[in-house]
Order: sequence, then C-alpha cells, then structure tokens
Amino acid sequence: MAQSSALPVEQYNFDIVRKFMIVAMVYGVLGMSVGLYIACELAWPFLNFDIPALTFGRLRPVHTSLVVFGFGGSALFATAYYIVQRTCQARLAFPWLAEFTFWGWTAGVALGVITYMAGFSQGREYAEFEWPLDIAITLVWVCYIVVYVETVRRRSQPHIYVANWFFMAFLLAVALLHIFNNLAVPVSLTKSYSLFAGVQDAMTQWWYGHNAVGFFLTAAFLGMMYYFVPKQAGRPVYSYRLSIIHFWALIFLYMWAGGHHLHWTALPDWVSTLAATFSILLLMPSWGGMINGIMTLSGAWDKLRSDPIMLFLITSLSFYGMSTFEGPLMSLKSVNALSHYTDWTIGHVHSGALGWVALVSFGSFYHLIPRLYQTKLYSKTLVYVHFWLATIGIVLYITSMWVAGIGQGLMLRGFDDYGNLAYTFIETVEFMHTPYVWRALGGAFFVVGALVMAYNMVMTARASRSEQAALEAKLAAKLAKA
Amino acid sequence: MFDWLLWFTQMENSKPLALVLFFGAFCGILIYLFTGKQRARRLESYKYIPFDDEPPQLDNSPSGHQSQSRKVMDNE
Repeated sequence: MAQSSALPVEQYNFDIVRKFMIVAMVYGVLGMSVGLYIACELAWPFLNFDIPALTFGRLRPVHTSLVVFGFGGSALFATAYYIVQRTCQARLAFPWLAEFTFWGWTAGVALGVITYMAGFSQGREYAEFEWPLDIAITLVWVCYIVVYVETVRRRSQPHIYVANWFFMAFLLAVALLHIFNNLAVPVSLTKSYSLFAGVQDAMTQWWYGHNAVGFFLTAAFLGMMYYFVPKQAGRPVYSYRLSIIHFWALIFLYMWAGGHHLHWTALPDWVSTLAATFSILLLMPSWGGMINGIMTLSGAWDKLRSDPIMLFLITSLSFYGMSTFEGPLMSLKSVNALSHYTDWTIGHVHSGALGWVALVSFGSFYHLIPRLYQTKLYSKTLVYVHFWLATIGIVLYITSMWVAGIGQGLMLRGFDDYGNLAYTFIETVEFMHTPYVWRALGGAFFVVGALVMAYNMVMTARASRSEQAALEAKLAAKLAKA
Repeated sequence: MFDWLLWFTQMENSKPLALVLFFGAFCGILIYLFTGKQRARRLESYKYIPFDDEPPQLDNSPSGHQSQSRKVMDNE
C-alpha cells in the first residue's frame, strides 16, 4: 500500500529545479524565436542577407536543438528532479553531481548551437553535435542517470510511482540511442564520419530519430503528465493499472517504428512493413495514456472553466491524441507516398512539439512556479492570455502546414494526359508562399505567448523576493522589540 | 554440442520466437494487472503517491490570519 511519510518542502532540493526551469524558459524563448525567424526566411528569403551563419541550413539545427534539448531537455531535468524527490519522498542524491548536470547540459546546448552557426555539423537530424560535444553530453547524461537512480534507491516510499518508470525508460533509452547513433570516426576536432554506411546509416539515424521522439519527447513528458495532471486536478490518475499497460506497451512498441521514416527508399520492404505495423499498434498505448490523463478530470470538468493551468495540461493531452493519430496514419506506405518530403511532416512534428511537449511543459511550469518561489503566481489572467496565444498559434501553424504539405504532395504527383509532370517544382514553391506566411504568423503567436509566460515568471520571482524581504524585516523588528 | 543454437540465427525462426515471447509477456502483464481483487486494490492505491507528501501548513499566524508570503499548497 502507498505509504505516507511527508517531508517538509525545505528538505527537498528545489534550487536545481528552479535553475533548470529558468534555463528552459531562456532556451525556449530563444529557440522559438529562431524558429520564427527561419519560418520567415522560408516565406521571405531575403532574410538570409547572404550571411552564411543566418541561412536556413545553419539556423534550422539551432532551432531544433534549442527547443528540443535546450527547452525540452531542461524542462525534463527540472521536472524529473522535482518529481523523483516528491514521489520518492527523498532528497535528491549527490547535489554536486546534479549541479554538474545543470552546467554541463546548459553549456553543451550553448556550444552546440554556436558550432552549428559556425558550420560544424554531423548532418544527422536532431544529432548534429560533432563528436567532442557528443562525448561531453554522454558524460552529463550518465551523471543524470546516477543522480536519478540513486534518488529512487534512497526512496522512503516502497513503491516506485509510474512517472518515475517513464523517466527511467527515457534515461536508459536516450543513452542507448545517443551512443549508437553517434558512433563515428573522428578525422579532426570538428569533423567525423559515421561508423555506418549506406542504408544501415540511414536506418541507424531513423532508429535514433524516431525514438528520440518516442522516449525524449513522449515517454519523459508522459512522466511529467502522470505527476502534474493529478496534482493540478487535485485527484489521482484515472487508472493506475492502465498506466502500467500504457508504460509497457509504449516502450515495447516505439523501438520498432523508426523504419517508417524511410518508406520507398533502399530500406528492405519487410523493415518498412514492420515499422508501419508497429506504428499502427502504437495508436493503442498512445490513446490509452491520453484517455487515462484526460479522464483524471472525470467528475471535475468544471476545473477547465476556472483553472487555466488545467487548460494547458488537458489541451496538451488532446494534441497528444491528435498527433499520435496522425503519426500512424502518415506511417502507412500509401499515405507516406504523398506526405513524405512535404510540409505535412513539419506540421505533424509541430502539432506534437508545440501542442503536446510545449503545452504540457508550460502547464507543469505554471504549477511549479508558485511552489518553487513560495508565492502566488503574479497574474492568472496572463496565463489565460498565454494559453489562447499558444493555442491559436498552434492551430494556425498546423493547418497552414496541412495546406502546404498536402497541396505540395498532390502537385508533385500530378500528371497530365501524356504522363508528364503537371507542375514544375517552382510552381509548388510559389503555391506554398501563402501557407508559409500563415505558418510564420502562427509561430509569432506562439513566441509572444512564451514571452508573456517569461514575464509572468519574472514578476512572480520578484514578488517572492520582496515578500521575503518584508517578512525578514518584520521578523527583525519583532526580535529587536523583544 | 551447441549446434542447436544455430536454430536461433535463422531469421525465420527467431522472429516468430521473439513475437511469441513478447506477446506472451504482454499477456502476462495483462493477466497480472486484471486478476485478483486484492492486487487490483493494492495497485490502484499507488495512484495516491503524489499526494502523500503534501507539505504541512507552516505559516498560518496564530490569529488564523495568513501572512502575505504564505506557502502555496499543492491542492491550490
């Protein structure tokens, strides 16, 4: 049975959580702004200004690394360190090592984006860091695992809560993915060649790429969801047994689905079919988890009217459901023949990245901010403002990408009566200009929302500091009087 | 002596074997989760763990008036 052995809040290490949360917001705003800039570059190419460091090819990995590793990764460090302490009722193990993970991770991401702008890249999507940074990141990651697992080992709660299972699967899987995908032969300090060649290289890359989505951007954020949704709702998760099935089914199925990124290539057909089959199967645990999260509100739906943080969390689950339906659909070979190499893929990624990952992180941060600063949130209205800016931004983004991607796919496959291509490539580019403008507008909404959140966060921290100072002054006056 | 191990190196053998093992494990998990009322009660009790460490109300003043910098409780 669950054991109650509450520790006072002060006995937890919240300093490290605060640091990661702040750096997540900084990287988030930066990364999203870079994303907005490159979206504008695609609509108005003069924005390249003929400066190599500002071209789409260099800024694109800057954007993805800042938002995935800088924002998402730091958010996961923050929430994992918070959740493991509170659900294990144990203080974070090895605080100096946790501190090292903070500086190591933050510096790693910063160095990575600087090297991309200077033109150094492995050319592997979501794994562009050159080999010295890969080794440094591996070291930081191993320290992260040590801190996390040792805290779990020191728990005063006999059972390991399901959120921690998701985090541990994420820690282990990401270590494996990162090491194997980055096996390379260095030829200089800034250049290396993959250990794999040809289709094996592509398969390794997409085994990594898809499972980075599966374990970094899904499993770990589900760990976040399994803690913060019940806490914010003030009621336990709908079904604990369903969460166990969700966990085992998800981690088993994800590993096999990477091949769907290589349909209609030199990849053997049976690998393609296997990947598509497992992608379809993934719909079940994904939706099982989504239903488990949303049904946590069962009997308390009115909270959606009064609690903007709950709106963030439940909407994130809705986007999770939507993108995990769209993913299996796009993994079907026939659909993929149309969708692949078009902007439909970009729209799909962003419905998951913005709708699921960013919204669940924002919701979790809004839950955390008052607890970490020990004061009320500066403005609840601004949370509503942020929610609507983010939601409108996502809807604009994904609908414009559906139009661009499906239109582009249909145009590239159009034939005339004589079997010639009906459209030239430049005609598809011209067609995509208008959706690109709308996409940039959606991105702008999302960035403004993130800035509103950053402002709310800073003002809360400032209020906390002045309240603390007032309290200390009051206490000093009382002591002097006594 | 170890020739029988070669059987596993054939993809047409190892793939269905892996399927049977994983499917069996999944069925085992399902059976474990959904049989036994006591086990079900025990497993479901774990969902309250996030609420087990609610911090105590530390800063209510003796008069019952809350100070300006009171802690934010987890159920707020």
